[in-house]
Amino acid sequence: MAEKVYDVAIIGAGVSGCSIARELSRRRGSFVVLEREDDVCCGTTKANSAIVHAGYDAMPGSLMARLNVEGSRLMPGLCEELGVDLANIGSLVVCTDPEARPGLDDLLARGEKNGVEGLRIVERDELRAMEPNIADAAVAALYAPTASIVNPFQLNVALAENATTNGVEFRFDCPVGSVRRGQDGLWHLGVPDGEVVAHVVVNAAGVYADGFHNQVSAQKLTITPRRGQYFVLDTTAGTHVRHTIFAQPTRMGKGVLVSPTTAGNLLVGPTAEDIDDKQGTDTTSEGLDEVRRKSAITVKDVPLRETITSFSGLRAHQPGHDFVIGEVEGAPGFVDCAAIESPGLSASPAVGRMVAGIVTDILGLPQNPSFDGHRDAPVNLERLTPAEWADLIARNPAYGRIVCRCRHISEGQIVDAIHAPLGARSLDAVKRRTEACMGRCQAGFCTPKIMEILAREVPGLAMEDVTKCGPGSGFIVGHDKHLAPAGKGGDAR
Amino acid sequence: MRHADVVVIGGGPAGLAAAIAARQGADRSVLVIERDVKLDGILNQCIHNGFGLITFNEELTGPEYAARFEQRAREAGVDFLLDSMVLDISNDRVVTCVSAGHGLVQVQAGAVVLAMGCRERPRGALNIPGFRPAGVYTAGTAQRLVNIEGLMPGREVVILGSGDIGLIMARRMTLEGAHVACVAELMPFSGGLKRNIVQCLDDFQIPLLLSHTVTRVEGEKRVEAVWVSEVDEHLRPIPGTEVRYPCDTLLLSVGLLPENELSRQAGVELSRVTRGPVVNESLETSVPGIFACGNVLHVHDLVDYVSQEAAVAGAHAAAFADAQAAGRELAAAHEVPVEAAGGIRYTVPQSIDPARMPDRLTVRFRVGGVYEHRAVCVYLDGERILRRKRDILVPGQMEQVDLRREDLLAHGTLDKITLTLEEA
Repeated sequence: MAEKVYDVAIIGAGVSGCSIARELSRRRGSFVVLEREDDVCCGTTKANSAIVHAGYDAMPGSLMARLNVEGSRLMPGLCEELGVDLANIGSLVVCTDPEARPGLDDLLARGEKNGVEGLRIVERDELRAMEPNIADAAVAALYAPTASIVNPFQLNVALAENATTNGVEFRFDCPVGSVRRGQDGLWHLGVPDGEVVAHVVVNAAGVYADGFHNQVSAQKLTITPRRGQYFVLDTTAGTHVRHTIFAQPTRMGKGVLVSPTTAGNLLVGPTAEDIDDKQGTDTTSEGLDEVRRKSAITVKDVPLRETITSFSGLRAHQPGHDFVIGEVEGAPGFVDCAAIESPGLSASPAVGRMVAGIVTDILGLPQNPSFDGHRDAPVNLERLTPAEWADLIARNPAYGRIVCRCRHISEGQIVDAIHAPLGARSLDAVKRRTEACMGRCQAGFCTPKIMEILAREVPGLAMEDVTKCGPGSGFIVGHDKHLAPAGKGGDAR
Repeated sequence: MRHADVVVIGGGPAGLAAAIAARQGADRSVLVIERDVKLDGILNQCIHNGFGLITFNEELTGPEYAARFEQRAREAGVDFLLDSMVLDISNDRVVTCVSAGHGLVQVQAGAVVLAMGCRERPRGALNIPGFRPAGVYTAGTAQRLVNIEGLMPGREVVILGSGDIGLIMARRMTLEGAHVACVAELMPFSGGLKRNIVQCLDDFQIPLLLSHTVTRVEGEKRVEAVWVSEVDEHLRPIPGTEVRYPCDTLLLSVGLLPENELSRQAGVELSRVTRGPVVNESLETSVPGIFACGNVLHVHDLVDYVSQEAAVAGAHAAAFADAQAAGRELAAAHEVPVEAAGGIRYTVPQSIDPARMPDRLTVRFRVGGVYEHRAVCVYLDGERILRRKRDILVPGQMEQVDLRREDLLAHGTLDKITLTLEEA
């Protein structure tokens, strides 16, 4: 059997890879996304500040600056088209040291150079009126009205769903090993069940992107995982601040942000620790202590006792501190989309366009006349009027059966998430799509119920085989009095 | 809109006992709204024995205990709305709930009894550093998997926290074939009942490590090991004392939190200590006509006391509803605050109106540490009216004293009632 040759193979189903995939699906061609984990949104995209930065931070002239500003302009329309939660709450960079005050003007000037609109400095009194819980030491702030918060899980899932609806193929649990250019001029990617062959490869592998790049180029790339640790506070704390609050960077280093999330929680973090381990998404007591300490610099009385969970994520940092995007010299058809660290989420709509443009130029792909960029937003009970909800329940009673008590997520929404394109197969996948398990009980009550629903709805999946996040993360190791030997079921050791 | 004289939120042991009491003495309509498809709440999964020693003078399992109350409630003519989640309680007592079978339902209640129970404190609230793999469960989630689903969540287990559910699960996991390496407890004393430490740990040679905590979770996909450290007197881990336990499971029994989101929405004042509503002698909250009982009010260790307390709340809710229906104004209250002092963390109720209280009123409380050879004393504005010697008082065991109405009335004008511990 002749091997299928794809036009494009994208490594990585994070927000960059999926944005590229969706943009490519505007063109006619065969596209495949290869993801090592069991779902989209399993790396950097799932664990960050969930901010759409205005774009004053990056150095003028950098790719980061251009794509950030462009991405944040595209983001509202994209979220509208894809049914993704976005809230334009604005951000404040808070100065708490009178001596560092001129730094705000520099930041303002940089932002204006980058093309950020509406920036202005707010003085102490106005700042207090905008943010009653701002620290007493705050003297002024740079206000960026265009900054927003976005639901990164929804954005990543929606991009992927829309891409697959428009013909992009996705393969999960499919880590790419070797990358080589064959005699045939095609790219051959080693995957667990053989090879994927493509004319063009897009390297959107997050913290692993250097490994692929360095297989095809003598110009070595080094990606350092930069860990960020965060606290998530209960929705009871979600209105403690109204804007995303950043600390002005000083000689003493970068502070942490305090921000509402689209789900109504309060997010506090991150640290910035360069580590060696590309899977080092563990939290540390030192890191969490640091966040705790730094949160008080800009905001007073952050109610950390309302913490419902903590997490850490890895940014893909490279020493040049700019995105690395483009066809790699000496490796025709191998396109990097690497070092997409903050503001990568903000830039993702523009990153998708840019990379898809590069690929389209290489391959000369024609328009896809049947492309449909619209994706219906999943049911969100909070957005419904009582009459609309009652109507929905009358048509499908599952929308009246609440599974997640904390966030009021119904069985109907969970079933929808399972049967959507690229539907959920694990508990974390359900969580990312529905926000079930993200409440204050942190899945204590709903874990067994969601396991039951997954087992009922997914053909061939037994309750005891349900996982948290793919192979090796099983919940169940056997039946009462009949424990499977170690290595089976839960696959513990 | 539907109407019920008394609406009880929650069909667990508290809700059932409140509903039964509310049906007594008159033909009132009493509606219990339960979010699960069946009644009895958490007792469904508490298949161990030890329930009902006080109420029935025999040792029952959780489902057996609940079944007796469920039967009484059915015989008493209580109405039930199952598989129905209450979304909102307005401060004029309109209860809104949703269910697959009935859609959105609104009920105007004469009185409301809050009996939503509690939830377990999750790992995230503890900030245990490390990864977030599968294999970390609250003890109650594991209990549900083992006892209801018949599925084992792990084979090599470390338990953090010595709350009663954790102790019960140490024995349960062992009986089902798992190995429990240890139970680590942050405090220098257990938060569980003495009988559970003896029957669930000592009898199975499971070590209880007091003043220890988990300082790290290893394993990216599934738990591979947890690190347990000793803590100092400030509860900070002592460097160098870490011991690595290879295991696939970490169970948490680190506290129960009353589920008061609905109460908060209704404007009910909550106590920072109990995390439950502040109530008067009738177990009425700060919102007139809304009463509270069971674990939503304060976390109990014995269900028998839940039933007793709930019956009181149910009876007072019924009286409130009767007065509403008759258009009677209830007499203005003179609520005297009850102060917890000298090692007592809180009392329930937090205020008492001597004119309205029954002849004997039970005041429940917990202490904040382990106290030996003390006396529980009650003062009325500095005048001691009660002194009860106790050999030992521990945080894991709820305590109670009974106050006599005649004592309070005899005192005359009263500004403060104080419960305190003194040297015996």
